[in-house]
Amino acid sequence: MYNFIFRRALSSLGVLLVATFLIYVLVDIAIDPLQDLLQSTAPNKEALIAARVQQLQLDVPSPVRYLGWLGGVAGCFIGKCDLGVAWTTNQQVTDILVSSIGVTIKLVTLATVVAMILGITVGVVSALRQYTGFDYTMIFISFLLYSLPSFWVAVLMKQWGAIGFNDFLANPELSIGVILLIGVVAGIIWQAIFSGDLKRRLIVFGSAFAVTSGVLWYMIATDWFRKPSLGPIVILLTGVGIAFALTAIMAGLRNRKALYAAVSTAVLIAALWYPMQFAFHGANAGIVFGLLVAVVAGGVLIGWLWGGYDRAVSMRISALVALLGFGLLFADRVMQAWVPYFNSSAINGRPIATIGSETPGLKGSFWTTQLDSYTHLILPTLVLVLVSFAAYTRYSRASMLEVMNQDYVRTARAKGLSERVVVVRHAFRNSLIPLATIIPLDFAGILGGAVITEKIFGWRGMGTMFLSGLQKSEIDPVMAYVLVIGFVAIVANFLADLLYAVLDPRIRVNA
Amino acid sequence: MSENMSNTEETRAENELELREVAGLSQGQIVRKRFFRHKAAMISLIVLAAVILLAVTSIGWGPLPGWWKFGYKETGALTLPGGRPTLQLWGEGGFQIGDHPFGQDELGRDNFARVMRGIQTSLTVMFIVATVSTAIGILIGAIAGFFRGWLDTLLMRFTELFIVVPVLITGAVLGKLYGSPTPVILAIALGLLNWTGLARLVRAEFLSLREREFVEAARVAGASNTRIIFKHMLPNTIAVIIVNSTLMLSSAVLLETSLSYLGFGIQAPEVSLGNLISEYQSAFATRPWLFWWAGLFIVTIALCVNFIGDGLRDAFDPRQRRVPTVRALRKAELKAQLGAPEATPTGIAVDTLEADRPVVDRLESEGDSDGKDSKN
Repeated sequence: MYNFIFRRALSSLGVLLVATFLIYVLVDIAIDPLQDLLQSTAPNKEALIAARVQQLQLDVPSPVRYLGWLGGVAGCFIGKCDLGVAWTTNQQVTDILVSSIGVTIKLVTLATVVAMILGITVGVVSALRQYTGFDYTMIFISFLLYSLPSFWVAVLMKQWGAIGFNDFLANPELSIGVILLIGVVAGIIWQAIFSGDLKRRLIVFGSAFAVTSGVLWYMIATDWFRKPSLGPIVILLTGVGIAFALTAIMAGLRNRKALYAAVSTAVLIAALWYPMQFAFHGANAGIVFGLLVAVVAGGVLIGWLWGGYDRAVSMRISALVALLGFGLLFADRVMQAWVPYFNSSAINGRPIATIGSETPGLKGSFWTTQLDSYTHLILPTLVLVLVSFAAYTRYSRASMLEVMNQDYVRTARAKGLSERVVVVRHAFRNSLIPLATIIPLDFAGILGGAVITEKIFGWRGMGTMFLSGLQKSEIDPVMAYVLVIGFVAIVANFLADLLYAVLDPRIRVNA
Repeated sequence: MSENMSNTEETRAENELELREVAGLSQGQIVRKRFFRHKAAMISLIVLAAVILLAVTSIGWGPLPGWWKFGYKETGALTLPGGRPTLQLWGEGGFQIGDHPFGQDELGRDNFARVMRGIQTSLTVMFIVATVSTAIGILIGAIAGFFRGWLDTLLMRFTELFIVVPVLITGAVLGKLYGSPTPVILAIALGLLNWTGLARLVRAEFLSLREREFVEAARVAGASNTRIIFKHMLPNTIAVIIVNSTLMLSSAVLLETSLSYLGFGIQAPEVSLGNLISEYQSAFATRPWLFWWAGLFIVTIALCVNFIGDGLRDAFDPRQRRVPTVRALRKAELKAQLGAPEATPTGIAVDTLEADRPVVDRLESEGDSDGKDSKN
């Protein structure tokens, strides 16, 4: 095993070296740092050209310059990184890189997580309801999303998601017909998910319709879109709902101890609403993270205290309920910053942003800046989710179908296990194995592949660094991008192979 | 209990239906039959053919003249204020196409002609990219998987090398070398970069195929390596190759349009669907039709190709089973009850297969669920 890792790391390093060398030479061909000077009419043109040639060492052949660049990179191992300078602005590339990576990770993480959860859920449900209307609809939708060019979606999003929604916020009203229509759509979707006989379908449709249109009507009537908040009661109800849903999926409602643990965690979260207002006041990222850890630990403790024959399940469920519940508390607090944010002069009543990662010149508390970064995140995240959601759906559907046809699933059914146990324990877990090998690769891909999304939404991340480097004839930022992306891609590949071997013992790693 | 009984009955009827459908057919015939039955794939095939036909005949291809009255570079006076599209589905005067069905841009160029030209470019790029990368991918994957050892290691590291190179750089280099790259050059360059995924898949197939008995038998019979690779193993990977090159077509369309959108692909005055969108996105508020049509055709082409690929995948996958309609199922059940009370253990009612014994044997082995014959 160690031998495998060592050999693999060595050869990957070799690949990275050759790749960077090739790309360095290629980029050197592609760019022309003298272009602006050659077209200039300045009297001292020759002197300027000579100065720039001197500055960028253009008289030295590119392979030799590559060695110099490599020496700077090698300095990273002894703590003195030198990735060169973006010569048009005289900025150190390491500085640009640090801020770019931060921006890109902020953009990509949320999108990947949302796309993954949503995609896998839809894929699994679709597989369990194979050849039903729901399945066909989902296949069609995922194919459609798979075929969408991201730049096209992004422009549409800007038009409807941002400008349209901002217009809606100026006067948030929906006619009763629209509310009912949304309710009907929600009802159709939910009955398709639950499926079953006509009676069950009608019940699900009716309740989903009633709940959706009721909540929507309430939100419009109370002007919720202008003054959003959750409050302890909504948090309690949602928390208890989450507790029931998670228990039903992970332990089955028969497991009373798990259910009680989950529900009591949800109640505790709602009770925490009031004290949290003080804890959140003047908070920063560190304090919020500390509170999160404390709340989740509390959830684990509750699960442990309820005990029962299977403590671990109760603890897992309670921890998840606590995590999601904390998310609700956090969302509630962020919403409280909405009204002043909405009315501030920098925003001027148009909160959904189309450009950049933050509003310039906006000053405010931790919560205002949080809210500001979310309003900027929402559109690019939506675009990325729409574009990458389809791949997850298709993979998880295919892999779930494959697993459901395995003999061990038949065995599990034959020995009388409930459908929940068969699906969740035997099928779902095994269907995740192929996905685990795709996710690292996907993350690496999306890290470098968000070039278009970054460009359209004006985020100064990795893609922008790369693109503007190419356009401004700066070789060093481009190489820094290549270095980071190449490194991440190789590590991800490696990780995928290892993960596969760890998760599936049938695979040997000694290739 | 009774529910269980009816379940087995149902499965039996399903099996029987399926087996009767494939009885006496060769593998190729079965695949073709399954593909033609895939509705979404067939519709997509027709739509794609229609799009290609429209794009090629309307403004002509190379020296061939087209029937559309405007060229894609021609400027002219605006027919409707703002260059609005003259296409009208209903309203005053009913359905009419008019002079500029997709509208005109600010220079008065006909958007229909430009979109058609864009489709031609994008499709050309799509087919060339897929051909080049499929050829390279098969070659490298086959050699790596067949010979294994140091050659495999070397080729796989070579593949990783290509994964690391960003496609954008190629576009930029080409732009530098050729000014504005022609679609063909761009497509070949993209094809030279895009083969890595297929190479890995083919390699994986070859790694498992080379351990199979029929390869050993071929070797014992004295076949050369080239013969084993091309005559014995490659035909067995054809499913993987066809499905993935089809999906490569759709990713090639998106790749080309993305590159052109960023300004590193096809550049003005040449037209592709990607640079149409890039050129017109700022006009979305005032002239949305310029933006709509190009995007709509990208989505249509990619969607059609994806569905065709899906249809091919279903057709090639022997484990894939079609759910019969309730009526067909009931009919088969009835027939089974009336005709053959005794069924073989695999659920084949003997008298319903009016075929000789060897066919039944073959079907039985194919009906095994472990899929070990899936590649034959």
